[in-house]
Amino acid sequence: MQVLIVVSLICLAFSFFVNRQKTFAGMKRGAMMFFNLLPALLIVLFLVSVFVYLVPEKVIVEYLGAQSGPLGVITAALIGSVSLIPGFVAFPLAGILVSKGVSYTIAAVFITSLMMVGTLTLPLEIKYFGRKAAIMRNVLSFFGAIVIGLLIGMFY
Amino acid sequence: MIQIIANFLRFLREIIVILPLMFLLIGLFDVWVPKEKIEKHIGHGSGLAGMFWVILLAVIQPGPLYGAFPVAYVLYKKGASARNIFIYLGTFSCMGIPMYLFEIGFLGVKFWFLRLIFSLLVFIAIGFIMERYVGKDFSIKEAR
Repeated sequence: MQVLIVVSLICLAFSFFVNRQKTFAGMKRGAMMFFNLLPALLIVLFLVSVFVYLVPEKVIVEYLGAQSGPLGVITAALIGSVSLIPGFVAFPLAGILVSKGVSYTIAAVFITSLMMVGTLTLPLEIKYFGRKAAIMRNVLSFFGAIVIGLLIGMFY
Repeated sequence: MIQIIANFLRFLREIIVILPLMFLLIGLFDVWVPKEKIEKHIGHGSGLAGMFWVILLAVIQPGPLYGAFPVAYVLYKKGASARNIFIYLGTFSCMGIPMYLFEIGFLGVKFWFLRLIFSLLVFIAIGFIMERYVGKDFSIKEAR
């Protein structure tokens, strides 16, 4: 936290010193992205609050924790595949889930499948790449996300 | 209900202070990185150098998966190989530099580093498999 504040201030001061216009443009960019994201962030935070309230930590650890086995991993990959959550929201969400006992493997599988597998955007992808390539890319990405998660899990 | 609101406010408090700072850095990153210089290199050579430039382009200017499709079309027109285009899709959606702050902040440096390395390996592998799979009839059409 302190590190982030210090780094931000140093970067800001340096940028301001080198080029004022660019600095203001960058600040505006950042502010715009932040406010564009805020609604999605608030909705996801609310849903997590409900989830954490309804599901006791013991149950989360049992089904999505480090010892939960393949079912948790596959569930995470499936949920990630059909969700459309911005990446910037996915990380805070995963952070909260990990603090509640969800394993790093499952967090990684969820994040990666969320970003790489696009079930809802598949029709659009087919328009660009054709049916064969689009479906195959999504299938490979689905299993790729699981592989990434399992590899990460080996280090925790 | 009160418990839910308490949870919500606690999560929000943890996040709301750091997010503006992270977006400040992302905004500055966005205006300072010389994207045009990198775009110039795309398409030249489909070997390792070509792969390096598509990955660099993807990580400095990432976005959601569907945002990569129109860019993929442009890359295709510029002569990028199928392998590099599929590597671009993966790195664009999963490995963007602006996300690093978020990932490190919320999940830790170790998680960020491991996911970065393994994702890169997996995406390159997917690129190779896809190139084999689509073979000669690979093409990208402009949608709409």
